[in-house]
Amino acid sequence: MLPEIGQFTLILACLLALLQTIYPLYGVYTGHQGAIRSAKMFTILQFVAVAFSFVILSYSFLINDFSVDYIATNSNSALPWYYRLSAVWGAHEGSLLLWVFLLASWSIAVALMSKRLPIESVARVLAVLGLLAFGFYLFVLLTSNPFDRTLPYFPIDGRDLNPLLQDFGLIIHPPMLYMGYVGFSVAFAFAIAALLEGRLDSAWAKWSRPWTMAAWMFLTVGIALGSWWAYYELGWGGWWFWDPVENASFMPWLAGTALIHSLAVSEKRGVFKSWTVLLALSAFSLSLLGTFLVRSGVLVSVHAFASDPTRGLFILGFLVLVIGGSLLLYAVQAAKVKSRGRYELASRESVLLINNILLIAALIVVLLGTLLPLVHKEIGLGSISIGEPFFNRMFTILIVPFALFVGVGSLFRWKRQQLNDLKKPLAMILIISTLVTVLFLLVFAPFLTWLAVMGTFLGFWIIVGVVYEIYLRSTHRHSFSKGITKLGNSHWAMSFGHLGLAVMIIGITMTQNYSIEKDVKLAVGEQISFEHYEFHFDQVKGLKAQNYTATVGVFTVKKDGDFVAVMQAEKRLYTVQRMPMTEAAIDEGFTRDLYIAMGEVLPDGAWAVRIYYKPFIRWIWLGPLLMAFGGLLMICDRRYRSKKEPAGVLGDEHA
Amino acid sequence: MIKVSKFNLLSVLLLLLGSVLFSTNGQAAIDTFEFDNAQQEKTFHELTKLLRCPKCQNQNIADSNAELAKDLRNKTYDLVKQGQSKEQVVDYMVARFGNFVRYDPPVTPATIFLWLGPLLFIIFGLLVLFKQIKKQRSKTTHLDDQEQQKLQALLQKHVKDTHS
Amino acid sequence: MLNKRRVLTLLIPFIIFITGAVFLATPLLKGSDPSKLDSALIGQAIPEFTLQDIYDENKQYDASILKGQKMLLNVWATWCPTCYAEHTYLNKLAQQGFYIVGMNYKDDRKKAIRWLKDLNDPYKISLFDKSGLLGLDLGVYGAPETFLIDSQGIIQYRHVGDLNEQVWNDKLLAIYEAMQ
Repeated sequence: MLPEIGQFTLILACLLALLQTIYPLYGVYTGHQGAIRSAKMFTILQFVAVAFSFVILSYSFLINDFSVDYIATNSNSALPWYYRLSAVWGAHEGSLLLWVFLLASWSIAVALMSKRLPIESVARVLAVLGLLAFGFYLFVLLTSNPFDRTLPYFPIDGRDLNPLLQDFGLIIHPPMLYMGYVGFSVAFAFAIAALLEGRLDSAWAKWSRPWTMAAWMFLTVGIALGSWWAYYELGWGGWWFWDPVENASFMPWLAGTALIHSLAVSEKRGVFKSWTVLLALSAFSLSLLGTFLVRSGVLVSVHAFASDPTRGLFILGFLVLVIGGSLLLYAVQAAKVKSRGRYELASRESVLLINNILLIAALIVVLLGTLLPLVHKEIGLGSISIGEPFFNRMFTILIVPFALFVGVGSLFRWKRQQLNDLKKPLAMILIISTLVTVLFLLVFAPFLTWLAVMGTFLGFWIIVGVVYEIYLRSTHRHSFSKGITKLGNSHWAMSFGHLGLAVMIIGITMTQNYSIEKDVKLAVGEQISFEHYEFHFDQVKGLKAQNYTATVGVFTVKKDGDFVAVMQAEKRLYTVQRMPMTEAAIDEGFTRDLYIAMGEVLPDGAWAVRIYYKPFIRWIWLGPLLMAFGGLLMICDRRYRSKKEPAGVLGDEHA
Repeated sequence: MIKVSKFNLLSVLLLLLGSVLFSTNGQAAIDTFEFDNAQQEKTFHELTKLLRCPKCQNQNIADSNAELAKDLRNKTYDLVKQGQSKEQVVDYMVARFGNFVRYDPPVTPATIFLWLGPLLFIIFGLLVLFKQIKKQRSKTTHLDDQEQQKLQALLQKHVKDTHS
Repeated sequence: MLNKRRVLTLLIPFIIFITGAVFLATPLLKGSDPSKLDSALIGQAIPEFTLQDIYDENKQYDASILKGQKMLLNVWATWCPTCYAEHTYLNKLAQQGFYIVGMNYKDDRKKAIRWLKDLNDPYKISLFDKSGLLGLDLGVYGAPETFLIDSQGIIQYRHVGDLNEQVWNDKLLAIYEAMQ
C-alpha cells in the first residue's frame, strides 16, 4: 500500500508544480494579487508532496519491501541500513526522485527566504521553478517510476546494491552533486524572471548572487568528493579521467565559475549584464545537458546503449523546450539591455572579462571534446576517441594565462588602473613567488620537468598574489593587524577561492609529475623499496564481513628504516552478486599518499601488487574545499541579509 | 563472456546515474611485466594510458581487466620490447582498430575544431572587449546633438540659478 | 524598438544549441549504437596468417583460402552467448548456398568441435585462432563479428553482434550483392 501512496503524492506534486507555474503567472499578467501570492503556497505544498514520496521510498528500502521493482534490483536484506538508505539514489529511478526532491527543496528555500523581494518577482521565479519541476515529474512518472511493483510474484530477497556503491562516498557524493546541478536552476529562474520582466539590473545580480554561489559551492564539493571517492574506491589510483560523465559535471562548474565572477561585475558596476544572464542560462542548461548525456546513452561509455530510447528523447524534448525557449527569450529581451558603466582596458572589469573568456574557452574544449566523437561518426568520418592526452594538453595551455590573471586580478581597480602603480607589486609578487617555487622544488622535487616548474610557479604566483593583496588592502588605511580585521567577508571569500585554485594546481602538478607507480610481483616475506620507502609484504589473511569475504594483504611500510604504517589491502568478494572488488590500502599524508592494491595470485604463489607513491594528491581535493569555504563566506556576507533594503529593489532600476 | 571491468570515476557516476548493463567489477588490472630499461617502461606506461580498450568502451588498456585489454597490453609489451617507438605502436593499433583506439585524436576536417573552436572564441571575445572599450571612449568624448542641447540648457539654467 | 543586428547576434547561442540538439537527436532516432565500431580494414586485403583447421591440427591454412569468391567470415566462440543465438541463422544461410568461413576465436578446441557437432556446422572451412592473433590483425573486439569479403580477398564490410534475418535483409545482403 505504501508505495502506491508514494506514487500518488508524486502525481500530486506534479500537478501542484503545474499550478505553481500557471496560477502565479496568471496573477502577474492580470494583476490578481491572490494568484500572485499563491506561488508560495503551491511551492510549499509541492515540497511536502514530493518529500512524502521520498520518505516513503526511503522507508520501503529500510523495511526491505522487495515487491517494489526498484528496491528488489538495488538492495538486499544483508545490506547495512545506511547503505539501504543511500541505495535510494543508487540507480536511475531513485536518483531522479532525489533530483526532483532537491529541486523542490531549493524552490521552498527561495519561497521562504525572499521576503525582501517584490512579490511579483518572486512569483515569476517560483513559476519558472515550477515549470522545471513539472517537466521532471513527468519524466519520472512516465519513463522512470521508482514505485513500480513486481507483483504478484516478488523476490524473497533483492539483487543487492552494486558493491562499488557500498561505500561512504555514495551517501554524500550524489546529494552534494545534485544540490549543485539543481541549485543552478535558481539562478536560471532568476534570469528568466528578469528577462520576462525586461529588467536586468544590478538588483537582479545582487539577488542571484548568493543563490548561485550556494549552488556552485555544492557542485564544487560534489565533484571533488566524486574524484576522491573514485581514487580510493576503485583500485585505480586516478582522480580524473575526462570521461563524458565526468565532463558532464565539469561543464556546469566552468559556466558557474564564470557566472559567479560575472555576477560580481554586474552587481557592482552594472556592466556585462547580457553576458551574465547568458551564463546564468548556460550553467543550468549544461546541468540539463549532463543529465541527458548520462541518462540517454548517446555517448560511448560503459553504459550499454538504451534499447528503449524513450528516456533520451523525452529529456531531449524537454531540453529543447527549456533551453531553446530561454535562449530565444534571451535573444529578444537582452537586446534591450544597455550597459551604462565605463571601464578602461586596464581595469578589474577587463581582467574579469578576460578570465571569463578563458573559462568559457575551457568549457568549449570540454564540450567539443565530449560531443565531437558523436558528430564525427554521424557525418561519416568514423569513430574517434577524445581523452586524457587531448584534454590535459589543452588545459595545460589554458591554465597559464588564467592563473597569471587570477594571481594579480584583484590588484586591479574598477574602472581604470594606472599600470605604473602595478609595477612594484607585480615585481614583488614575481620575485617572491619565484623564490618560493625554487625552495619548494628543492625540498619536494626529486628531479625537474618544465611542466612541474611551470605548474608550481603558477600555484605560488597565485598564493603570493593573494597574500600580497591582503597585505596591501589591510595596510591601506590602518596598521596591518587592525586592517586585516576590517576586510569584508566577500574579500576573504575571493581570497579563499583563489587560494583553493592555487592549492589544486600545485597538487595536480606534483601528482602528475612525480607519482611513482609500480606493478610488481611480491611473495609473502619479500619487500620492495623506492623513494626512501620500504614495503614489506608480511602476510595474507582471510576476513569475513556481513556481506562479503576478503583476502587481506598486510604490508609494513618504513621510511629510511623508521616505521611508517601497517597497510592492509583487500580483495573482496561480495556474496550476493559474486563480484570481486579491489579495496586499496591508503596511507594518507599532507605531502604524499602511499597506495597499495592487490592483484591476482600468480601460479607460483606470489601476488601481483600495485604500489603507488602519490605526492601532494590530497591538495587536489583540499583546493576545492578551500574554494567552497570561500563560497560559504560570501553567502554569509551581511550584504545579503540586511533588512534595510528598500522594497521593490528587483524592479527599481531600468536597465 | 568477455569480462568488463571498470574502476574509475566514470563507473561510479554511471552506476549511480543509470542502469549499467555490463557486469562491472572493481578489480585492478595488475601485471608484472619486466623491462630492459626505464625508458621502455615509461613508453609502455604512456602507451597503455593512451590506448583505449575497444571492448570496454571508455577505459584505457592500462586500467581495464577485460580479456581484450589484456591482449592489447601484451601486444604493446611485445612491440615495446622489440624496440618499436610510441608512434609505431600507435600506428599498429590504429591500423587494426581504427582511430577509436587512441585517446589523442588525429587532425581531421572535423577534429580541427577541437583546437580552432576555443581559439576562435578567445579571439572573438577579446575583439568584443576592445570594441566595447573603444565605443565607450568615443561616447565619453562625443555627445550627440540631443545631448549637446541638453547640456547647453543645463548650463544656462545653472548660470541663471547662480546669478539670481 | 529592437536593434535587429543585436538580436541576430544574441540569437547565436540559440542557433548553436539547436544545431547541437539535432546532432544529439539523430542517433536516438536512428537507434544507432555508439559502441559499434566500423572496421579499420574496410577496402583492405585480409591480413596474412597461418592457422590450423579446427578438426585437424595438422591441416594449415593461409590467407589464400579467403579469396576467389564472395564469402562471409564469421568470428565466433563457445564462450559467447550471442554466437549461440546467431548459429541457427548461419546454418540457414549455409543451406541457401552462401559460402561461410568460420574463425573460432580464443576458445577451447574440444568445446568448439562439440558445439559444431551439436548445432551443425555451417562453415566450409573452420579456422582455429587459439591465441587470437588473426583476431588482433582483423581488429576483432568481441565475438560475434561477421566480415563480408569479395572475390579479391578484400574486406568490404564488418558486422558486429548478432547476425539475424533482419540485419541480413536490411543491410548485409545489399552489400553482399554489390560485391564482385
